[in-house]
Parts: sequence; structure tokens; C-alpha cells
Amino acid sequence: MVPSSKLSWIGLAIAAALLALLPLVASPYHIELGSTALIAAMLALSLQLLVGCTGLVSLGHGAFYGLAAYVVYLISPPDTGLSIAITLPAAVAVSGIAALLIGSLSLRAKGFFFLMVTLAFGQMVFFIFHDTKIGGGTDGAYLTRPILGLFGFDLTLTRRQRPMALYYVNLIQLIAMYLGLAWLLRTLFGQVLTGIRVNEHRMQALGFNTYRYKLAAFVIAGMLAGVAGHAWALHRAFVNPELVGWHRSAEALLMILMGGLGSLAGPIVGAIAYTGLGEVAQLLTERKLLVEGAVILAVVLLLPKGIMGFKLPEFMKLGKPDSSNAPAEIEEAHSRPGQGQAVSHD
Amino acid sequence: MTDHRSTPLLATHALGRNFGGLSAVRDVSISLHAGELHAVIGPNGAGKSTLVNLLAGAITPSAGRIELVGVDVTKASAHARAHQGIGRSFQRTNIFKPLTVLENVRLGVQAVGADKGSIFRRASNQRNLIERARAALKRVGLDWAEHRAAGTLSHGGQRQLEIAMALASNPKVILLDEPLAGMGPEEGERIAQLLKSLAREHAILLIEHDMDFVFAVADTMTVMVDGQVLASGQPAEIRANAAVQNAYLGGHA
Repeated sequence: MVPSSKLSWIGLAIAAALLALLPLVASPYHIELGSTALIAAMLALSLQLLVGCTGLVSLGHGAFYGLAAYVVYLISPPDTGLSIAITLPAAVAVSGIAALLIGSLSLRAKGFFFLMVTLAFGQMVFFIFHDTKIGGGTDGAYLTRPILGLFGFDLTLTRRQRPMALYYVNLIQLIAMYLGLAWLLRTLFGQVLTGIRVNEHRMQALGFNTYRYKLAAFVIAGMLAGVAGHAWALHRAFVNPELVGWHRSAEALLMILMGGLGSLAGPIVGAIAYTGLGEVAQLLTERKLLVEGAVILAVVLLLPKGIMGFKLPEFMKLGKPDSSNAPAEIEEAHSRPGQGQAVSHD
Repeated sequence: MTDHRSTPLLATHALGRNFGGLSAVRDVSISLHAGELHAVIGPNGAGKSTLVNLLAGAITPSAGRIELVGVDVTKASAHARAHQGIGRSFQRTNIFKPLTVLENVRLGVQAVGADKGSIFRRASNQRNLIERARAALKRVGLDWAEHRAAGTLSHGGQRQLEIAMALASNPKVILLDEPLAGMGPEEGERIAQLLKSLAREHAILLIEHDMDFVFAVADTMTVMVDGQVLASGQPAEIRANAAVQNAYLGGHA
């Protein structure tokens, strides 16, 4: 789940550096597309804490994302934007409280039923914004963009500077989120989440109140989805009920599946691939969804562990072959004689 | 502790559990004292595993009471009972296969022994927890394998790990559900030695099919048939009991 060797950290640093260099060569349109991908990556990464790390598949995650964007809309005065030092904590707090409420109820269900209950709660939030005039109803509403500023130093941006500045803000948030989760998973808390994913029943027998740990993970994931939703409000300055709907949750799940369930880098890779795929499909054809669907199906079928699980065929590998799975087998053959002989007096 | 027989560590009073119309456990009253290895035997379907699940809090009883050191724990959840001093192993190996052997046991130590404030500390720096996990591994003879993924251990190794995980929380009472299942005779001998030494510090309730093994290690025994207690007492009494011989032991005794 977490990079374990120096080499993988170096790989991540190079990937981050490449992402940081992108705006220097890309057009403003593509920089904005990059921001869209980074925000999708934040949403998918926040969901990975539940899906890949704890084994909780939620279809209500979009609710916390969209809710954060609506909070920015609701608290921003129509004429001047608030500082993100106000909007970000407010959005994250509301998402966190919503996650606490929804999580404390839906975590009483397990497996498939948990999925359905999160879906139901997510749709309830969706219909609040869809069927009332709170956030402009079905049409959505424009919001006053929050101002990038900390401790009174406000950054005033021209329309031309904004895409690049926001891109870096999003990149920094994504990197911070990644490092935060990598740290979290190495703590005792992270060990408990791993244990719950692998074998929740055993964790209870060992003495863990797994409900509390799952709820904590659910709230943290909801708050991180709030960070992503806030970033979206900053990025597009527009909210509509689509942000809250279950489509958003399903897309985030698809990104995780494409990138890989087994790592924190997976959802980021998946989000970038998914966003890129959507763009390419739109350029090539009018049947965007059809192309997307076919490619996603191919990825999931051919790469069951996602893009991050892709391995070069043996003959294409450089250097010495991977020997990590060789030595364990030998010892086992020796210590196995008793297996299979049932010791029973029935 | 002049007379430790006065308060049993673990006791059940008329314990019962129905699954629909079937009463899997009915009117079971047993007690387990400090330093004692108590074996529960009986044919398949006698309700032995249900009894362990009741004692561990994995399922709730339909009738009766469970007391741990005189405290009623009948309603307590599985995780609460682990904190109150019950450790258990499972009949079907139930470990964290992708995690290392040490991580498996460390989780067991952490569950009841971690400081409240350490939950957001790095797991690999928790010397105290790791040392206690190593001690449990050494006890069952698995210390050589601490960095192996648990799933790569031999079957016997995984059974040993089960016991180490039950030990990890340093429980008052250990419930072992067929620790020998699928083990060879040599490994069985090792486990017998281990259980005898463990029973001096923890009370053990053991379920096992291997009669030679049971009669070799048990201090007291309960025989269950059809969810009910048929007889209980010292191994010699059980061996001599005519009803037990008819119902269960067959030609063995």
C-alpha cells in the first residue's frame, strides 16, 4: 500500500517533478485539464483509504465532495471572495460532520448492504441540492471564487495567471494528501485498518472495536473528499447537483480500479488515466462514453491489479530477474509432512 | 490464593444457544480454574465450537450466564471480552495471511496493550509492543519466522501462529478450538508440551478430537453430546464412565 523502498520514493519524486513541470510546456487549456485530473486524483485517493486500505466500498463518497463545493458557494458573499484560509477549513469541517453522521449509521451494515446504504445516503444529499433552491436547484449556480491567501497576504491573479497558480495549489494539496496517508498507514491506526481489510472478524476476536476504527477512517476519507470538493469550487467557480451524485462516487471507484487497489499511487494514476482517456475519447469520436467503457473494460480484464500492477514480461526486464518469490517455498516443503492426515477419532 | 477453587476464572451457568429450532448448546454449566487445562470433547455436532464462540462473545447466548472472574460478561461483545481477559484460537486457521508473522502477533498485543496516545505513532517503532509479540512467538517456537508473510507458513506453522495470537494479549483464559487440526504426530507432541506449560500461567479451555492427546494433557474434562454435558471430571473418571464409553469413546478406553 505504501512505498517500501528508497527506489519507489525516488520514482514518486520524479513523478511529482514531472507533474510540476507540466504547466511550463502546456497550454492554459491543458493546464486546466491537468487541474481537473489532480482534483479527481484527490477524490479517488481519499476514497482509496476506504476501498483499498480498509476494504469498505462506498458509493456515497461523492456526497462529501459535492457538499464541500456547496459550502464554498453558500458561505461566499456574492461580490468578494473569501480567503481559502476560511473556505477550506469550513468545507472540510462540514464534509467531516456529514461523514460522521452518514458513517455512524451506514457502518452498522456490512459488505453489499453497506454499499447500498452509502448509495442511499449519497442520493439523499443529492436530492437536497437537486430538489430545493439552496444551491440554485438543478441548474446549479456560480460562486465567488475564494482568494488564494494566507495570513493576510492575498494573491491577486489575472485571468491568465489563474490556471497555473491553481494547478500548483492542487498539486501541493495532492502531494500533501498522499504523504499524509502514507504516514497514516504506517501508524498503529493504519495497521488496524489493514487488519480490518484482511480479516475483520479476527480483529474483533483480538479485541479491536472495529466499528470505531472504520468510522474514523470514514470521517478522515470524507474530510479529504472535502478538500477535493473545495478544490473543485476554486477551479470551476460553479456548483451543480452533479457534484454530489452517485456518478461521482462511481467514477472515483473506476479510477481506483484502473490505477490499482493495492497502492496509494493507484488512484492517482487511475485519475490521470481516466481524465486523459475522457479527453482523447472526446477528440476522436462523438461516442465518448462508449470508447471510455471499452477501454476501462479492457484495463480491468487485462490488468486485474490495475495500471500500477502492470509488469513487463520476463524477457523485457532489465538486469537480474526478480528473485523475491523463490526462497520461501523450500522451507515449506520440509515442514509440511503432517498436513492432510486428518487426526480424528470420530 | 490459598484456595483458588473458590472463584473459577471462567464459569457458565445453564448456558444455551438455539439456531432456529436446533438447540446447539443446552444447559451447559462448566467452570475453569486458574492453572487448569480443561478439555471439552464430544462427537461432531456436539456443540463444542458453539460453546467456544459463546465464551468468546462471537455469538450471544439464548439462555444462561457467563462469568469471568465472578463478573457477568454474558452481554459483552467479542472485543470487550478480549479486553476482559479472554484469548482464543480458531478451528479453521484465521490469521492475517498477507501480513508478516510478527505483524499478526503485534496486532494481538496492540489490541489490548497499546497506550491510548500511541495510536498515531509509527507501528514499526513501538518497541514495547514488538518485544511482547516476539515473546509470544518465541513461546510457540515461531520466532525464526517473524518476517515471513503468515500465508507462506506451513500448515503447522499457521496453527502455531494461531496460538501465539491467542497468547498475545496475555489473557487470563485461553480458548483453543482444535489446535492440532491437520497437524502431524511430531508437531502434536510439541504443542502438547507447550499447552502444559501455558496452562500453569493461563487457564486453558481446549477442544480437541485427538483422544490420546486430550488424555495426556487435560487436568479436567467435559464430555458433550447433542449440545449437553454428558459427564465431567478427571480424565480417569471420564475414561471409566460407562455412559461416555457408550456414547463416544467406543473401544478407545
